[in-house]
Amino acid sequence: MKTVLLNVENLKKYFPILGGIFGKVIGYVKAVDDISFSIYEGETFALVGESGSGKTTVGKIIVGIYKPDSGKIIFNGYDLFNTNKKFLKKIKMNISMVFQDPASSLNPRKRVIDIVMTPLNIYKIGSKQDRIKRVRELINLVELTDEYLYKYPYSLSGGQKQRVAIARALALNPRFIVLDEPTSALDVSVQAKILKLLIRLQKMYKLTYMLITHDLSIVRNVADRVAVMYLGNIVEIASTEELFHNPLHPYTRALLSSIPVITNEEAELLPEKVELKGEIPSPVDVPSGCPFHPRCYARTDICDKNKPALKELRKEHFVACHLF
Amino acid sequence: MKPLLRVQNLKVGFSIFDGFMKVLDGISFTVFEGEPVGLVGETGCGKSLTVKTMLRMLPSTAHISGRIFFKGEELLSMDEDRFYRLRGNEIAYIPQEPMNSLNPVFTIKEQMIDHMLFKGLRKVGWNKYYSLRKNKERINKALEKAKEMLEKVQIPDPARVLDSYPYQLSGGMRQRVLIAMALLASPSLLIADEPTTALDVTTQAQIVKLLKERIFNERLATIYITHNLGIARQVARRILVMYAGNIVESAFTEELFREPLHPYTRGLLDAIPKLTKEEVEGIPGRIPDYVNPPSGCRFHPRCPYRMNVCSKVKPELTEVKSGHYVSCHLYEKGKRV
Repeated sequence: MKTVLLNVENLKKYFPILGGIFGKVIGYVKAVDDISFSIYEGETFALVGESGSGKTTVGKIIVGIYKPDSGKIIFNGYDLFNTNKKFLKKIKMNISMVFQDPASSLNPRKRVIDIVMTPLNIYKIGSKQDRIKRVRELINLVELTDEYLYKYPYSLSGGQKQRVAIARALALNPRFIVLDEPTSALDVSVQAKILKLLIRLQKMYKLTYMLITHDLSIVRNVADRVAVMYLGNIVEIASTEELFHNPLHPYTRALLSSIPVITNEEAELLPEKVELKGEIPSPVDVPSGCPFHPRCYARTDICDKNKPALKELRKEHFVACHLF
Repeated sequence: MKPLLRVQNLKVGFSIFDGFMKVLDGISFTVFEGEPVGLVGETGCGKSLTVKTMLRMLPSTAHISGRIFFKGEELLSMDEDRFYRLRGNEIAYIPQEPMNSLNPVFTIKEQMIDHMLFKGLRKVGWNKYYSLRKNKERINKALEKAKEMLEKVQIPDPARVLDSYPYQLSGGMRQRVLIAMALLASPSLLIADEPTTALDVTTQAQIVKLLKERIFNERLATIYITHNLGIARQVARRILVMYAGNIVESAFTEELFREPLHPYTRGLLDAIPKLTKEEVEGIPGRIPDYVNPPSGCRFHPRCPYRMNVCSKVKPELTEVKSGHYVSCHLYEKGKRV
């Protein structure tokens, strides 16, 4: 029986655009526009989409960096935006995040030991000696040796920096980690090693991951379920197997067919080549109706009038498209 | 096929505070007429440096030795005037970042006209500038051509794009404009330096398709630099794999993916996450430091098959099968040792 760990309901986040000399609000960037999904305990849930589709914003709302304009996030039965502060801090121990660019997510003026110890200091866990012991444990866990403890981030390579960031995310024994493009700044040979490490840690500690990425080959290898985002909306949710074998939404098909592959066996797995016109529009003026309709190859008259809702077409396979 | 570009034993280094960085370690390769070649490797392996040396875009502090022949002429020792005439006319370049490669304060129209009027000229004084810029007829002709070129790169509304500033265009559009500018002079060699790295997957697919069409329709010799082997596979006829300033393997695309020979190439192919869900395996270690590179074969500290000879003798690029060159001690004269 799968239990729901995180439930996101009707989440909305609009960033105001200020203009004029008095800083009046002249428009909104609709970064996240009414999305709902749930993540089960112990799974890897991937959020896929092109840049500007709002996937990072969702991750940042979940860990509490942004406040949503409306909507609910329920973690393990507790509403994250409707509890008192002290209790919220306790719940938040279970949620952490690994950021996109390891070079800018580590403080350049602190040593690795201080970086990894920060969460322990904030939660006042154990004595100083205990914390140092714990940091040492964490650093070894991410396959770095003790000598790295007293180094500064500039002397580490990209892969090592990302390992430190992972160690920091693990410091409080969280149950849920948001991985925001953990490998996109790394070279392929390093990327493979970081992915292996993440998979190993997940098995060891029964972690639940939300993986934010644009690389579909990684999704295929790591994720259990996938949500495809386009312009702040989720257009399709399905299990990884189902999504790759039977993509339904026209955007998902286009996305899958444009993966550059290196073997013929892989090429056979891809759906028929579809080419999109144009590029993702700016989230400031989102097209009316279905946000994807100006680029869609299968659009009908209704597409620019009504926004399609996410409906369950097969078991556990949701699509937001008027075709179905 | 006739060779168009021949690079012989090219070495590039820089003096820095810590010592002397030996980056390019004697690379040699040939590009034939009308042949798209992919130059593949990880960050910091010297891909961009190779083409920047060719285009004389390096700072004067670089120490360069070796020879580069383009249509029989030596590029590195050529006098400036002659070289400027080649660059932009015969050799075109598509830069890596579409965001930073266009001038933000001029419209696309101005930049394209400037490119057409002044390409190949080394020093343009005020007199010459005005005589060229005031010539209505030439400018109109240039505009016509610019519009035609933008249509060729599938820009839907060329008139609007010509009148806009770079910030008004999306990344994909800017990259199309840069491709159009590179192809304006109908060059015989096109150098594309990671033209799609900054773009999204669906846009990337569009740009790659467009470049491929241009390359095949015009039989354009191309050096396509990328770190993405999947894209190199789509565009190139032959692929050169670089590691730490050396070309370690050179083979026809099909052959390289069917039977990679060099341990680094194999490691690189294994490290790419595949849709068939095969186990991914990283390469241990990291790219070496260029001040004190490993002796012998620069890959030996990370190589799973290393032998005693590897740390002593630098392997030569040798032909193992017809058209398949490898620089590794595991292979000698067509046989696996």
